[in-house]
Amino acid sequence: MTQRRSYQIGTGFFILLGFAALAYLATQTTSVANFRQGDSYTLKARFTNIGQLKLRAPVKLAGVRIGSVESIELDPTKLDALIKLSVDKRYNDVPDDSAAAIFTSGLLGDQYVGVQPGGSPDMFKDGGEFVLTQSSMQLEDLIGKFLVNGSPQKPADKASAPDEAAAKVAAPTPPAPDIKH
Amino acid sequence: MIGDALAQVGACGLFLFQILAAIPKSLRHFRETIRQIWFVGAMSLVIIMTCGLFVGMVLGLQLYYVLSIFGGTAALGTVVSLSLYRELGPVMTALLFAGRAGTSITAEIGLMRATDQLSAMEMMAVDPLAYVAAPRFLACIVAMPLLACVFNALGIMGAHLVGVSWLGLDNGTFWSNMTSSVDVWKDVVNGVWKSVAFGAVIALIAVFQGYTTPPTSEGVAYATTRTVVFSSIVVLALDFVMTAFLM
Repeated sequence: MTQRRSYQIGTGFFILLGFAALAYLATQTTSVANFRQGDSYTLKARFTNIGQLKLRAPVKLAGVRIGSVESIELDPTKLDALIKLSVDKRYNDVPDDSAAAIFTSGLLGDQYVGVQPGGSPDMFKDGGEFVLTQSSMQLEDLIGKFLVNGSPQKPADKASAPDEAAAKVAAPTPPAPDIKH
Repeated sequence: MIGDALAQVGACGLFLFQILAAIPKSLRHFRETIRQIWFVGAMSLVIIMTCGLFVGMVLGLQLYYVLSIFGGTAALGTVVSLSLYRELGPVMTALLFAGRAGTSITAEIGLMRATDQLSAMEMMAVDPLAYVAAPRFLACIVAMPLLACVFNALGIMGAHLVGVSWLGLDNGTFWSNMTSSVDVWKDVVNGVWKSVAFGAVIALIAVFQGYTTPPTSEGVAYATTRTVVFSSIVVLALDFVMTAFLM
């Protein structure tokens, strides 16, 4: 009788351990871990080019994850990409003149939306839209500009006004060295 | 020669149907299935956990070296977890399982055959397929995916130990890159399906070899060897086919 009980306990322990391992793998090491169904609010941003940005890509402020990309659509009239970001309710004091830009994490990493906080006393509300945005950097564009102009004075793709403003606010480009042939 | 091999494969296929037909009857001896899960699953935990830990640690070291050539060590967590879930976890577990559990099933049933215990059961109107074969088959199908999950979890821990604690990779990078590129259904669950299929194949081969062994000590020895050889070949071949289908 004691022998029977011991193997039954052993079997139960084994099955529990197996399912615990499965639950650990499924919830802690996959994209489920990023899917927090906490309270969140939605912000919008328009980009002329989103590069390789994917759904559920992180939204970061100062490198800290504050939310994720909820949807990516093409605006049929303005012909730009309309991104909806779902941001955690805990971070509800983002100034409404903040800028959004698409960055790449590391050399081979995924792309994410980086938020650079502005100085406005008013905060973003649910459904608010970023006025200042900066599109994803396209390596081919950069090379093309460099080869043709020598310095990236005029953006080759017709960046919308917010885009240029964002470029000036967010990342003042250092003067590129002129190439004399 | 080729005729013999074909006959073996055919007999094995027919045997699968016999086992499947005996499963409903074997549920009356459910306690026997539980005992087999304990024997093939719980008793294999030590070897599976040890090997999982070391495989994860080796993966961590090797991939760190390779990725550092490209300056992409941040992807270590992603690469280790994807290769474990999709490939190494189910296959390594299956090979270890064939060596640890498959052989003992073959030897046990083979000895039952050699000492006429199976015939004695038939004399007592106990169906050996329902009392001996089917519980072991079910137990392997239940135990294999659970063991593979334990193997994967220990592998991730081993890679984390080497990559983060020893080689100084950033802890947040390790986990966030992993969580952003591993998918539950495409990666974790596909690996589970693979291990279920491997468990069924190993159980079928082990039980079949034991059941049809020549009733001599030499016959049992050969049957045990054949179990390991055949299961390893079939697991690796099936792995390729399933990977192609589950991609």
